[in-house]
Amino acid sequence: MRYAMLIDTLKCVGCSDCVVACQTENDVPMGYCRDWITEVVNGQYPNLDLELKSERCNHCDNAPCVRCCPTGASHKSTGGIILVTANECIGCGACIESCPYDARYQHPEGYVDKCTFCHHRLEKGQLPACVSVCPTNCMYFGDLDNPNSEVSQLLNNRKHKTLAPEAGTKPQVYYLL
Amino acid sequence: MLSIILYSNMNTTRRKFIKISALGLGGVATTTSVINMFGSNSVIEGLAINNIEKKYKRTATYCEICFWKCAAWAYTDEEGKLTKIIGNKDDPHCNGRLCPRGTGGVGMYADEDRLKTPLIRTVVNGEQTYREASWDEALDLIATKFKAIKKEHGAEALGLLKHGCPGAHFEHLFRAFGSDTMAEPAYAQCRGPRETGFALTFGSWVGSPEPTDIRDTKCLVLIGSHIGENMHNTQIQEMSEAIDRKATIITVDPRLSTAASKSNYWLPIKPATDIALLLAWMNVLIEEGIYDKKYVEKYATGFDELKEHVRQFTPEWAYGITTIKPEVIRKTARAMGAASPSVIIHPGRHVVWYGDDTQRERAIAILNALLGSWGRRGGFYFKEKINVPSFPHPPYPKPKWNWEELGEKYPLAQMGITTELIRASIPHKDNKYPVKAWMIGGTNITKSIPDKKLITKAIDALDFLVVIDTMPMDVTGYADVVLPECTYLERCDILRSATNREPNIAIRLPVVKPKYNSKPGYWIAKEIGMRLGLDDYFDYKDMKEVVEWQLKELGTSLEEMKKIGVKKYPRKSGPLYLVESEEHEFPTASGRIELYSHDLKDLGFDPMPLYTKHPEPPQGYYRLNYGRAPMHTFSRTVNNPNLSALKDENKLWVNPKVARIIGLKNDQKVWLKNQDDIISTFAIKVRITERIRWDSVYMVHGFGHRDKRLTRAFGKGINDTELISRIFVDPIMGGTGMRGNFVAILTENPHKNIEV
Repeated sequence: MRYAMLIDTLKCVGCSDCVVACQTENDVPMGYCRDWITEVVNGQYPNLDLELKSERCNHCDNAPCVRCCPTGASHKSTGGIILVTANECIGCGACIESCPYDARYQHPEGYVDKCTFCHHRLEKGQLPACVSVCPTNCMYFGDLDNPNSEVSQLLNNRKHKTLAPEAGTKPQVYYLL
Repeated sequence: MLSIILYSNMNTTRRKFIKISALGLGGVATTTSVINMFGSNSVIEGLAINNIEKKYKRTATYCEICFWKCAAWAYTDEEGKLTKIIGNKDDPHCNGRLCPRGTGGVGMYADEDRLKTPLIRTVVNGEQTYREASWDEALDLIATKFKAIKKEHGAEALGLLKHGCPGAHFEHLFRAFGSDTMAEPAYAQCRGPRETGFALTFGSWVGSPEPTDIRDTKCLVLIGSHIGENMHNTQIQEMSEAIDRKATIITVDPRLSTAASKSNYWLPIKPATDIALLLAWMNVLIEEGIYDKKYVEKYATGFDELKEHVRQFTPEWAYGITTIKPEVIRKTARAMGAASPSVIIHPGRHVVWYGDDTQRERAIAILNALLGSWGRRGGFYFKEKINVPSFPHPPYPKPKWNWEELGEKYPLAQMGITTELIRASIPHKDNKYPVKAWMIGGTNITKSIPDKKLITKAIDALDFLVVIDTMPMDVTGYADVVLPECTYLERCDILRSATNREPNIAIRLPVVKPKYNSKPGYWIAKEIGMRLGLDDYFDYKDMKEVVEWQLKELGTSLEEMKKIGVKKYPRKSGPLYLVESEEHEFPTASGRIELYSHDLKDLGFDPMPLYTKHPEPPQGYYRLNYGRAPMHTFSRTVNNPNLSALKDENKLWVNPKVARIIGLKNDQKVWLKNQDDIISTFAIKVRITERIRWDSVYMVHGFGHRDKRLTRAFGKGINDTELISRIFVDPIMGGTGMRGNFVAILTENPHKNIEV
């Protein structure tokens, strides 16, 4: 099993519903977030391109946060999901520095926190909160090891990219173009 | 390349990270003991087990954060604490997916700045202030004042300004007391011109939710309509489907809006020239013969006049006005023609721009008629709704005059005009319809009505002003009595019944108990009603009794609705679309679609739309454009903790060329001065972006709150409305055009002695 998330940049309007849904689902403390929206504008008026997209932990196959964690709190779990075991985390912040996506933050209680692909919802057969709420339906989630899954099919048929591929992290959040 | 992070608090995270890291180890120690209680190593697994073990209860509601009113399930844990709100899958308004505001509804309930108890204006040591009062005292005072005003001036002198569900309860109270003096900014400050323009053409309002069949359209044309920045849920969802289906999207906007960036064609039009483009499109459709001839012949009247009328309006003519190249005008017209009749020229929603708005909406309606899209799949469907029976009450007394007389200067106004009600509240000799007191419910009117001088003058002259709200909005600061309403999550309310493809109703039940000393709108209306001797009009214990009775009449029950939240009914008015083999009578005077309007002609207006030139910004000034952000509704949500975390201030969009001329940097604070020398109260941060033209600036509406009781919103950004002092009134329906104001950018603080 290899979990992956796909986000269709042609449909994302950057409304940030995914951010709010994550906060209420995962009790993310006020002032912090596990996912966020970015905007990129290219060109000069009126020849312009605008890309809006939702970003989060990329659950990398080759995760620098896991490699640099001195206690093993950051680890790879079922389906390639990167998790942090809070009571093994000493809050040293090495993982925060190592992440090329700036996807981690230190929780007020001391441990490091980030997107879990709503691992607790997956166990119940539900989609991650952000995917299930998105009003544009621009987010997809599934198993890349299954060639018939919606995510596998979409990656086969659509142009796509990952963020900072040059970092060699093999991200598992894909952006459809 | 310009790349920025929007709508996130990653920056604050960084700042907090530094602050908190020193405390890190202590924090971990505490965490460990908490986590071990769940017998697991991971917080996440702990949470998961916690979630599964906790018994969540869900309660049916529908959202009140905007007018879309999506049905939802609000979840509470075993302690009764509100945890999250999720869309109802069976609701055609949301299909199980709320927008950020709906999801963030928990913040409206949690907001610690809410109004907590009734307040009465009083004078202490010569200074005006509020004192806390009991409900009895506040309601008794309102009843005494209302009775006195009725005795002296008649009940008609009581004016109601309203929006949303609370409005419905106070409407009933007012009608029962003998006043139909009411208005809401949703008409003359928002969608009025399109309702009047479409009614003149097709005989029907567009209404809300709009009956645009985006789900099946082949071509969607947006003119200054910002789907994606406005979060009109169904429209967003269906536009997304249209993108998937590779429908053609054409967006006309001087700014690269979100929708423009998703479009096949973005027409970066010069502001205030839209009618010229619409006329040129008609010209191409007719000259090239690519309009829906059969449809026009069968259903429309006035085609020959229209053809003659638009002959002169060639794409070459429009080029000089709109700056859109003739070949682009032709290409886009052909794309519409090819998609006909599955094409939508979207009527928009906030359409009060330049004062000729009904005529622009007429042009949009006529274009739709030429393309045969009204009543066609992929165009506009025929909407239907359930008529919810009123709980039995005696007939309302007939007022001597009402909102119609107030707006008599505007012959085709179809709802109360707020600005006319406001004008009637300013004493003057020839005032036939003097208004002496207001009740305001569910609208922050001082922030939605332009021309602050006018509204301030009216408020000063009032004998009495009551404001009902959940938050200490700007308008509450003007009230004699402020009543704290509980949020939609804390009350039973009227049934939602809105037009749609399938008629349906939705229920709103209390999820949690009202916080503080707040009360539901229906309770407030009933209590005032009882004090006014209107017992017969409020012959029920509570809203639940009313709703239960109505549900029974509608062939369902409270029990059933508790389980389903939304109930759909089969259509009774006929098919969704026109049936080709059958005749169809449109509800206009002629029974046909009126391309040429005799109604307008008879009243002395242009029977067919014409382009008129509007003022342009003088040297050193920029056109002030304003719009929406997806996580906010008007000025009402800026203090919501969840939503303000996403966006707590607006920024001034400035083209890089302009920034260079003035010497502006990103995030630099500036003040604005408009053409009438009105200076913004607060400063706004600059956002330099190619997404805006060099002759305009842009900001999101609803910021710059002046009330310190709104701790998260106070002083953040600029209130666009205070800079809108030049109003272009639509002579047809009284709409207040607001897009013709120009601002200069001030880099020095003009409020020398005031710390802002």
